[in-house]
Amino acid sequence: MERQLRVNPIACSGHGLCAELLPELITLDEWGYPILSRGPVPPGLDRHARRAVADCPALALALTDAA
Amino acid sequence: MTSSTMLPRPGPGPHPSSGEARYSGGMPRLLPAGDPGPADLQAHLARFGPPPLDHPGQALVAELQAAGLTGRGGAAFPTHRKLAAMAGGRRPAVVIGNGAEGEPASRKDKTLLWAAPHLVLDGLQLAAGTVGSATAGLYVPRDRRLHQWLSAAIADRAAAGLDLVPVELIGAPPRFLAGEESALASRAAGGPALPTFRPSRTPPRVAGHPALVQNVETLAHLALIARYGAAWFRSAGTAGEPGSMLATLHQADGRVEVAETELGTPIADLLARPTQAVLVGGYHGAWIPGGLAERLPLANAALRPLGAAVGAGVLAALPPGRCGLAETARVARYLALESAGQCGPCFNGLPRIAGALAELAGPRPSPGTVAAIGRWCGLADGRGACRHPDGTVRFVRSALGVFAPELDHHLRGQCTATSRHPFLPLPPDPAPDDADWR
Repeated sequence: MERQLRVNPIACSGHGLCAELLPELITLDEWGYPILSRGPVPPGLDRHARRAVADCPALALALTDAA
Repeated sequence: MTSSTMLPRPGPGPHPSSGEARYSGGMPRLLPAGDPGPADLQAHLARFGPPPLDHPGQALVAELQAAGLTGRGGAAFPTHRKLAAMAGGRRPAVVIGNGAEGEPASRKDKTLLWAAPHLVLDGLQLAAGTVGSATAGLYVPRDRRLHQWLSAAIADRAAAGLDLVPVELIGAPPRFLAGEESALASRAAGGPALPTFRPSRTPPRVAGHPALVQNVETLAHLALIARYGAAWFRSAGTAGEPGSMLATLHQADGRVEVAETELGTPIADLLARPTQAVLVGGYHGAWIPGGLAERLPLANAALRPLGAAVGAGVLAALPPGRCGLAETARVARYLALESAGQCGPCFNGLPRIAGALAELAGPRPSPGTVAAIGRWCGLADGRGACRHPDGTVRFVRSALGVFAPELDHHLRGQCTATSRHPFLPLPPDPAPDDADWR
């Protein structure tokens, strides 16, 4: 099952840790909030993606089944 | 259309016992012609007869599908699909009529609730019966007189034994986003009217029950379709967008009126000319140049290719001699202040966009400001829990397109406006005690 990243924009407080852990798929806007690349997480980045989700201080990042 | 035969159909027309007060079947449908004043229960029953609350729910869903009724709150979502999704669920849905109408330029829901509350309440009961709801709510602005009027209407129905389920009035705070579906659900559960994050666009929930939220005008149409059927409903409007709708018309001379119009009516029949530009769909809507708008019908089929939509039926005709950039900047500032302040891209982006628009509205803005607005619009669009940033960005982008010639004047230190008097309606800046969302 392909998975994609999703952020809860209300929970997100712009720590920016996710962009450090997964720069291949997440960049930060000029205010420090994450911009997620579209589409499923490539298999090679799956572990990094799960790490970014687990380490989000606001629990705002999630991996969901790709639409 | 085979389902039409499943419903008892007395049909509109002359009624031997109630004379000329009986509804004739024509336009207008929701707001009686000649403004006879607010309809109490007796006047309502004389006009339409009792709601057919005894027929099976699935027949009504099929009738709504055949009628092609879509939500009149702005999103134009097919009503039958919402009802079908709720009917037969594991937990019974809670039905809530949405009359919050937080949009300052819209008056049609308040007008309907005053003029024909029993059509709305009929629709609420029919929807509750269809989805097996045990209770219903009616979410309306926190206005003492309106609450008294609706409380009396609900009490009259209870005394007449008309209703299937009890109806609770819920007060909506005077905020732009109060009627957003998830904000409504939060308020109905006793919390603040703030949008919540729903990852998969599932229906909002109230105390564990899925909430069926329908705009009050949609419920009024539903109440008439239950009586007169899909073919009657389709006798107005276009094949693709059937029926009538309430519109709030802001005429260029300053008059504001609520009119019931068929979908597909030429905008030129609704707004007096000349207009410099027409704002279609309210403050989450889009500007269209006046000369183009005058050739369009009020229908999504014609408006969507231009990035606009019928929405909740707000049409505002900006007169010649006003500055569209100044008007847009005033409204953008209001929309930024109405951000719930929950999502970073919204509470960071909207004030910057509004501030930059205020600069464009003034003399000799910095040439880089337009590009900055474009960048911030891109960062705000689609990145909130609700659609507030998306709608604001749509409104702003349309202004930068339609008022590009005026922008060129501003960049050279000129403004073509002959009047700086504000045109689009805005509430006064919120009083200190108005900061709450309950």
